[in-house]
Amino acid sequence: MATSQSADPTTPDDKPLLTIKPRRSWLPSHPKELWSFRELGVRFAARDVTLRYRQTLLGAVWVILVPLLGAGILSFVFGGVANLQGPPGIPYFVFTLAGMVAWTAFSQVTTRSSSVLVGNSQMVGKVYFPRLLLPISTVLSTFVDVAVSLALLIVLLGISGVRPGLGVITFPMWFLLIIALALGIGLASGALMVRYRDIQYILPVGIQFLLFASPVAYTLASVPASAQTLYELNPLTGLLEGMRWSLIGTERPDNWVLIWAGVCSVVVLVIGTVVFTRMEREFADVI
Amino acid sequence: MSSDVAIRVEDLGKSYTIRHQQSDHVTLAQVALERAKHPLRRNQKEDFWALREVGFEVNQGEVLGLIGRNGAGKSTLLKLLTRITAPSTGRIDLWGRVGSLLEVGTGFHPELTGRENIYLNGSILGMSRKEIDRQFDAIVEFAGVEKFLDTPVKRYSSGMYVRLAFAVAAHLETEILLLDEVLAVGDGDFQQKCFQKVNSLSSSGRSVILVSHNMGSISTFTDRAAYLEAGRLVTVGPTDAVVAEYLERGGATANQVDVSSRRRDDPAHGREARILRVSMEHGLVAGDDDIRVRVVARASEPLGPLRIGQSIRGADGTAVGTSFSEAAVRLEPGVETGVDLVIDQPRLAPGHYQLTVSLGIGNEAAAVRDYDVVYDAVHFEVAPTVTADGIVTSWHRVWGAMRFDPPRILSADVDTLGR
Repeated sequence: MATSQSADPTTPDDKPLLTIKPRRSWLPSHPKELWSFRELGVRFAARDVTLRYRQTLLGAVWVILVPLLGAGILSFVFGGVANLQGPPGIPYFVFTLAGMVAWTAFSQVTTRSSSVLVGNSQMVGKVYFPRLLLPISTVLSTFVDVAVSLALLIVLLGISGVRPGLGVITFPMWFLLIIALALGIGLASGALMVRYRDIQYILPVGIQFLLFASPVAYTLASVPASAQTLYELNPLTGLLEGMRWSLIGTERPDNWVLIWAGVCSVVVLVIGTVVFTRMEREFADVI
Repeated sequence: MSSDVAIRVEDLGKSYTIRHQQSDHVTLAQVALERAKHPLRRNQKEDFWALREVGFEVNQGEVLGLIGRNGAGKSTLLKLLTRITAPSTGRIDLWGRVGSLLEVGTGFHPELTGRENIYLNGSILGMSRKEIDRQFDAIVEFAGVEKFLDTPVKRYSSGMYVRLAFAVAAHLETEILLLDEVLAVGDGDFQQKCFQKVNSLSSSGRSVILVSHNMGSISTFTDRAAYLEAGRLVTVGPTDAVVAEYLERGGATANQVDVSSRRRDDPAHGREARILRVSMEHGLVAGDDDIRVRVVARASEPLGPLRIGQSIRGADGTAVGTSFSEAAVRLEPGVETGVDLVIDQPRLAPGHYQLTVSLGIGNEAAAVRDYDVVYDAVHFEVAPTVTADGIVTSWHRVWGAMRFDPPRILSADVDTLGR
């Protein structure tokens, strides 16, 4: 602490602990500070998880039930009603659940990280903490959902005898890229949502659209050849196919698709962070 | 006690951009529509300086009082000191961590238990897990909620809730604490505890900035005070001198508010007759003074005779009282009619109040119909009385909003009636 006695007691020679000045910058200035607040980030995430199933009858059972129901519905619609063919040798439900792992990570992080500022407006207007902490904490709380879906998938893989190949070691990379893409979108739209609440309504529609416009519950192979290139431009396509390749050993997409998806994710994350940083200083004034 | 500086503020300013528009365009569609309709018109922008050229220092172990009327910039200054919002000009140097108690229970979640909320709220305020662990028992004891630690706070009484929230914040171990006195809530005992806490903080070398409308507490707890008005620092210095200047200047400042375009709660209000301006001769009323209000209204058709109703609410929103004038106001179309009213010695306790004005017919004896109601039209303050010896009297919140005449003692002798 800066309390050392100086010769002239009224003018401290020692540097202040903190100086507050007008500042407009492009990048978060205090990665160190963010780290020093990590405990609060974890606590926000823990609160999210605790609250999600409080005062529910089934409690934590929902954590398991939700992905099962989701995958069940998608398998029924695409595999049953639309009668699409999954990759050979893999039950359609297993195929869908693998897609759901990726999709849950993407959609949950996007939705939660974008709405977390407005949802905690009281806190944003009344206390200081690095604002980035809120969206980042939603990533942590999403880990729980993803981990559960992943555990379910592993059980099903065991039962159905499907084996992932060596590609399984690349799973963390796909996962991180999906989170990067989702967080990038969430940061930008969350910052914009503080001023324009319209985003609140646009975003869910966009996510819904992506669920059907990305190969979550069907393979890229079942997309008409004329639309393939268009599909491959969607970064989610590469990430979904890549993650599924690593998890259940489906066909690996072209390299350029994967690289494109990876580059897109990183770029989106950088843009999202810049937008967020540019706007964060006025959050408390307009929220 | 060390006289090292803990807070130094230099040339601090905060401006907001006000966009002059017909209404607030808060959705993208509205903004786009407005642009499409008037492609060439730029929104008229104007900078509003909520705070300008403010500079002062606070030493370690010092309690500085911050006074000023509503809108003077006190909250803005606190928000800058706590980094909730960023300054537009100037700088703040801080020699220590800042803890703030500007709003109790920020981040409290009704579904979480008392224990969970202590940890969550503590982290939000900047305490580490270790610090909270160490202070946990003290916090619980301070709040007096031992039995309800594992109950969701939504089942707490409002008193318990506030006590717990205050207790967490009061155990912040930061070197600098910002405190809004409105928060020292609860019963007299608890208030006492809160102020003891402030005293012990400063004697242990911590610096405190105390914001209050209560000149009594400012005089009791602070050695120096800063007086803000309209975003500028009027004076900073020994508390007694600053409070005296505040009372003097505040008493001389007229308090006129244009309410003609203010949105009414009931859309039917303000049509046939509309209140345009409400003014009080002084923004600061001495404790024993009459309250003088001028109401200017206009009607679209001949109306009358009408009465004017005046309701006073405390700073926390609780109603204090209402009075109706006699029905003697006649309005002619297109003519602005000004009515001067006097409320004789309402005997309000020192503090902050809001005046609601209504224009209509009826009162407690006859059916009420209002043509216009302007809620909280003007804010005003009732100053504490100063004794002949120059002591600023203090008034405890729990004593209420009314300062009754002293009761007369009829007799005082050995009690025989109760036996």
